[in-house]
Amino acid sequence: MSPTLAGILFIASLLLALALCHKPLGDYMYRVYTGTRHNAVERVIYRLLGVQPDSEQRWGVYARSVLAFSIVSILFLYALQRLQSHLFLALGMEPVEPALAWNIAVSFATNTNWQAYSGESTMGHLVQTAGLAVQNFVSAAVGMAVAIALVRGFSRKKTHTLGNFWVDLVRGTIRILLPIAFVAALVLVAGGVIQTFADHSTWTTLTGGRQTFTPGAVASQEAIKDLGTNGGGFFNVNSAHPFENPTSWTNWFEIFLLLVIAFCLPRTFGRMVGDNRQGYAIVAVMGVIAMISVGLTNWAELSAGGTVPQAIGAALEGREARFGTSNSAMFASATTLTSTGAVDSFHDSYTALGGGMLIFNMLLGEVAPGGVGSGLYGMLILAVITVFVAGLMVGRTPEYLGKKIGAREIKLASLYFLVTPVLVLVGTAVAMGTEVGRSAMLNSGPHGLSEILYAYTSASNNNGSAFAGVSANTVFHNTTLGLCMAFGRFVPIVLALALAGSLAQQAPVPASVGTLPTHRPQFVGLVVGVTIILVALTFLPALALGPLAEGIR
Amino acid sequence: MDRMPSWVRQHIAALRALLVLTVVTGVIYPLLATGVAQALFNDKANGSLVQKDGKVVGSALIGQSFTDAEGNPVKKYFQSRPSAAGDGYDPTSTAASNLGPEDIIDTPDRKSLLTQVCARSRTVGELEGVSGARPYCTPDGLGAVLKVLPDRAASVNQACPATPFIATYQGLQVECARPGEDYSAGRTVPIRGNVTTVAVPPDAITASGSGLDPDISVAYAELQAPRVARERGLPLDRVKALIAEHTTGRALGFMGEPAVNVLELNLALDRS
Repeated sequence: MSPTLAGILFIASLLLALALCHKPLGDYMYRVYTGTRHNAVERVIYRLLGVQPDSEQRWGVYARSVLAFSIVSILFLYALQRLQSHLFLALGMEPVEPALAWNIAVSFATNTNWQAYSGESTMGHLVQTAGLAVQNFVSAAVGMAVAIALVRGFSRKKTHTLGNFWVDLVRGTIRILLPIAFVAALVLVAGGVIQTFADHSTWTTLTGGRQTFTPGAVASQEAIKDLGTNGGGFFNVNSAHPFENPTSWTNWFEIFLLLVIAFCLPRTFGRMVGDNRQGYAIVAVMGVIAMISVGLTNWAELSAGGTVPQAIGAALEGREARFGTSNSAMFASATTLTSTGAVDSFHDSYTALGGGMLIFNMLLGEVAPGGVGSGLYGMLILAVITVFVAGLMVGRTPEYLGKKIGAREIKLASLYFLVTPVLVLVGTAVAMGTEVGRSAMLNSGPHGLSEILYAYTSASNNNGSAFAGVSANTVFHNTTLGLCMAFGRFVPIVLALALAGSLAQQAPVPASVGTLPTHRPQFVGLVVGVTIILVALTFLPALALGPLAEGIR
Repeated sequence: MDRMPSWVRQHIAALRALLVLTVVTGVIYPLLATGVAQALFNDKANGSLVQKDGKVVGSALIGQSFTDAEGNPVKKYFQSRPSAAGDGYDPTSTAASNLGPEDIIDTPDRKSLLTQVCARSRTVGELEGVSGARPYCTPDGLGAVLKVLPDRAASVNQACPATPFIATYQGLQVECARPGEDYSAGRTVPIRGNVTTVAVPPDAITASGSGLDPDISVAYAELQAPRVARERGLPLDRVKALIAEHTTGRALGFMGEPAVNVLELNLALDRS
């Protein structure tokens, strides 16, 4: 079989698997978030938390609960890293430096998992499993909770409340993430991923060299790293490491995991707003954008443009032999189309246009399908902007799902959209304008700019992947990228919840002949167009100086 | 608790939530997963270690360097891919090179990716007795790149007194690169050359993503087979049969690329 045909089958089989899961998992998540019963474990947890699970929260209280939980998470994770040498299971690791510890704490609590450190030489067992992996679960559950709260804004009428954050957080963790992660962890171990709390050991190689065994609870962390679209690798080289991703089929499985929840949430959305077709329209938008992106990235990588790939004869620098170029490109697309940021190959060595596509995926706001939860709320904001644009064309007050998109709603949606460009462009400009910022570049010329642009794009969109040649472990980058991650996560969340609050208060407007139907291919096309055009207009100048300058001769 | 301001209550609830979820997802979950994994897949959960004469000599999943103390290839062994992990295949400092597709000009600090690729191709070619020539490479194994100025051109990766790989470019005399001279104002022109057949496969000259890649392509294994057979006094067919035995095809016929596990192949050779 030719590599190209094998690559196409690889992508097609992923699509098929996702399509098969769409309905059952989407329906299951619908029942999780709309059910009124609390199971025994949850009742115990609510008692320990001291919260009333049946009390409802207004959007402001919901948002403050999200923020309180995230702030406490950041402080806890910071303390755990700073104190690791005094705690147990540290494997002899030193305390993490303050600027780096801040960066890591924000990074994991915001579902970014940007890594300016190397796991195998920085973190002991305790920080990995009880710190980082815990945030992999809860930051994903926070994303899903916010998405569900926004959907409730559309589905509820004449109410001030959006549900209870603590219930959404606990249910998302216990009923959705934990069971899937547990099964996935065992599947990964069956493929060869390690799962042990042993200590380091060494051996003598066949030719007399020394090698060290780097132990860890890798499978349990790997499973939630992908499922929760977190992406923080146990090891420095993430899913390229044979202990994280040993075979070509675990590679397939990890890509599946990082797409599955985000591609199924639109079904949950459709069920909650009482019209499955609305969910299909949203998932169609995600699918169309994703397929265009996957196709272009594969084309760029397989045609191996650029001097070095031409000299090599394939875009193989930074790729594992067992994965090959096409499957690596699929992983790279999936990780940047979601907010995962895990890598099984090194994006810095991608062809100029292939690497540019990965940056573009993130600049889209990671909505195709995006991070767990964050992809859905990002896409719904784009749908709101689209009905507004469509409304402008025909001179009608726009509506979406029976809710009027008035001045307040469109202001919130626009502010949401503007957060990322501000952070990405200002962040990149500040870094490029300062000596300390520029000194992080490994490559020179346009590729060096791409490294910095990639870093601020990745942080501001909570992705976490990198053009990893960039030496971002400096006080300057740890601080500024940490700020980008925090603002890039929490400002949009607050705006999305505010929008939800304002929508929930409205009484639904009955559909009339003038209402734009939002479940037809026409609307799907409109959303795709609006998304791509808005992002292209915003970022084309920056992309022209980086990947486009490098890739187009 | 009801007398506290609501924001304090919220943060206390948040802390409690974090602690409870830490116990569930950070203690119970990994311990349970470890317990089941150790019981069901003991060998794999502990790193798929492989032994020779009763002693652990590596992991089937982690590549090794098959070189001597000076870093020269041990000729009776199949060689792994280049590695950017530490000094090569160091599991405590895994890394990729992270060099980009247009990293083609050497600096005093480091060799460009293009020159690294060309040099490796030349070295592998010499070791296996085939041509190491590639597009964009000079015969002496450097990146074939010109800096073109209005009145002259220089082959920037070939420091004087080297002989430039071409004598003239568009009527301009091509010089060797004078150390210390600044050519940055010139136009960068990589020269493809007229190499049509390439004998050394791509994976032999590129560093992997992890720096621990346990595999090589079937093509690279077959390129090395005659040398290994000669060094060991084995028939070539026997060596080729061992390669086939240690090749993992695409999973389900379409996932990944066929790959040969180098450590397991070398262990099998030592046994035969």
